Amino acid sequence: MRRETTLGARLWSTLIWVLVAFFILNLLAMIASVVVNSFGTRWFTTWLPAGWTTRWYTLAWDEFQLPQILLVTLEVVGATVILSGLLGVPAAYAMARRDFPGKSLVLLLFLLPLMVPPITYGIPLATVLYQAHLAGTIWGVILANLVPTVPFVVLIMIPFVEQIDPRVEAAARVFGAGTLRLFVQVLVPLLTPGILAALLLVLVRTVAMFELTFLTAGPTSQTLVVALYYAVFAAGVRPGQSIDAMAVVYMVTTLIWLLIALRFVNPTQIVGRAKR
Amino acid sequence: MPADPTREGPPTAPAGTGAPRAVPPNVPSPLAGTGAPRGTPPNAPSPLAGEGRGEGAPHANPVPGTARTPPAAQPPPARGGGASLRYAPSMRTRLRNRGLDGVTLLVIPGVLFVVALFVYPFLYGLLLSFEPKEGGWLANYVTFFSDPFLYDTIGKTLLIAIPATLLNVVLSIPVAMRVRLMRHQKLLTTILVIPITLGTVLVAEGLLTYLGPRGWVNRVLLEFGLAEHPIRLVHNYWGVMLSLIISGFPFTFLLTLSYVTGIDPALENAGAMLGARARERFFRIILPLLVPGLAITLALSFVQAFSVFPSAVLLGAPAGPTRVISIAAYTAAFEQYDYSMASAIAMIMAAVQVLIVVALLGARTLVFRGPASSGKG
Repeated sequence: MRRETTLGARLWSTLIWVLVAFFILNLLAMIASVVVNSFGTRWFTTWLPAGWTTRWYTLAWDEFQLPQILLVTLEVVGATVILSGLLGVPAAYAMARRDFPGKSLVLLLFLLPLMVPPITYGIPLATVLYQAHLAGTIWGVILANLVPTVPFVVLIMIPFVEQIDPRVEAAARVFGAGTLRLFVQVLVPLLTPGILAALLLVLVRTVAMFELTFLTAGPTSQTLVVALYYAVFAAGVRPGQSIDAMAVVYMVTTLIWLLIALRFVNPTQIVGRAKR
Repeated sequence: MPADPTREGPPTAPAGTGAPRAVPPNVPSPLAGTGAPRGTPPNAPSPLAGEGRGEGAPHANPVPGTARTPPAAQPPPARGGGASLRYAPSMRTRLRNRGLDGVTLLVIPGVLFVVALFVYPFLYGLLLSFEPKEGGWLANYVTFFSDPFLYDTIGKTLLIAIPATLLNVVLSIPVAMRVRLMRHQKLLTTILVIPITLGTVLVAEGLLTYLGPRGWVNRVLLEFGLAEHPIRLVHNYWGVMLSLIISGFPFTFLLTLSYVTGIDPALENAGAMLGARARERFFRIILPLLVPGLAITLALSFVQAFSVFPSAVLLGAPAGPTRVISIAAYTAAFEQYDYSMASAIAMIMAAVQVLIVVALLGARTLVFRGPASSGKG
């Protein structure tokens, strides 16, 4: 890591910062325009709306049946987080502690759902779930959402398990702990930071998971992001401001969890899905 | 996990002490005990004590000699019979020596889940795509590649995905190179992770407002006299492109940053000491070391851009220039209810992605070999 002090280097570095600033400016302005629009009355050819109101929020709350959608979102996200933890953490433990034949194949099996984009496997998955009469129900949505999150938890947890000294477990075994007891009394307490990080990341990703929920949800099992999609898709039916009000509700829901998650994880971990 | 391990504590403790020390990863577990019917001698004194410990421990510590007993001696221990048990390793011991024991079984629920809901649907879709509603087994693929409305979607998707990916990666490298020198990266990375977290649907809705004819972008252009009329930036190609940059650039950048920071700065310092200038150091030291990570970044970013769906519908012209392949698949499945055709399109989509990813990763080995050796030497 070296810093250059020549003129060319300074110009180059300035250029890069201008680029980054321009990107961030646009990003924040995009978010701000949604927020401003959701509170505005009429907004035509001026910088800001003519007046301010909160009635779009009450409108969106009733029109889009937000209470029901928020409840479904909570159920789907909660079930996905809990089930992916229950399936993923033990699998990660086995992957971290044992060398068994076919382990690299299993690793590939866990990598693939993270590499293949959801829309590609979502369509065959939705077909199968429709055949099983699960699609359209909340359980179909939960099952579909678990497909990328279980491998995600496994891959995040493996390094966390590896850093625990195996002698700690050996000591617990010596004193007669079985696997269940070992998990509950030794591993889970030691793994808490990792589990918390993994499950928060799952939470953030599931709230925002559009494709799989969209392909498997029925009218009563839409999550917030899918309802937002339908609202934007059928724009013109309702005032744009109430769609933006809904978008703000979605944004707040997501960003609160992101802020909580960022207290425990590094931002790059949200992206770093293919890394071991 | 049925056994209550506390009850078997005292009598087995001595055996237990031996096992972990000798073979730490193969500590017997109650789960191994649950496997008893499969391969353990049924003559254990009590079902509980027999589970994993009383029987397992002597074998878990095999004297080298016992482990090498000829395989001919195996069937008897599996059936039972106390005498042969002493001398031949049981089935469970042999499995354990290969890393298969109760703990390994913990991987099974996860694997079964992925097989049932990822592998099986994929294979099912593959088979279904060969069972078209009408015509021979290849009818879906024939239809796809003979109907311009369908096969054009590949070209249209590539036309959006390739420029977006290249732009994102090319911009990410210099920014990542600069950002790695920063002390407080977390604020920047936090801001950049926001669009990824919000997801494409919200970015699409935000851009509709922001880039629309009454949005702030057109306001600025009109105000500063850069345009006479509001420029059309949404419901066309550019809307989709901009959304792929807004949500794709942070993704690409954060991946690139993690690869750039993984390069040992000592290598660059050595180059500088030997008189290489910044440009030379980048092209001859950093870039060759970055190529493997870059290939993966390119592959992941491309696959993401290629599967663009919500923004192509909401921000693009889904009937025209941004009718991407995922829209074609969605229409076939949920508007025409032709799941067979939809599966065929999904398989074609996967095939294009695999082709490009394999090409990228293959090109990596071609590009990487030369400069890397000179960089290391």
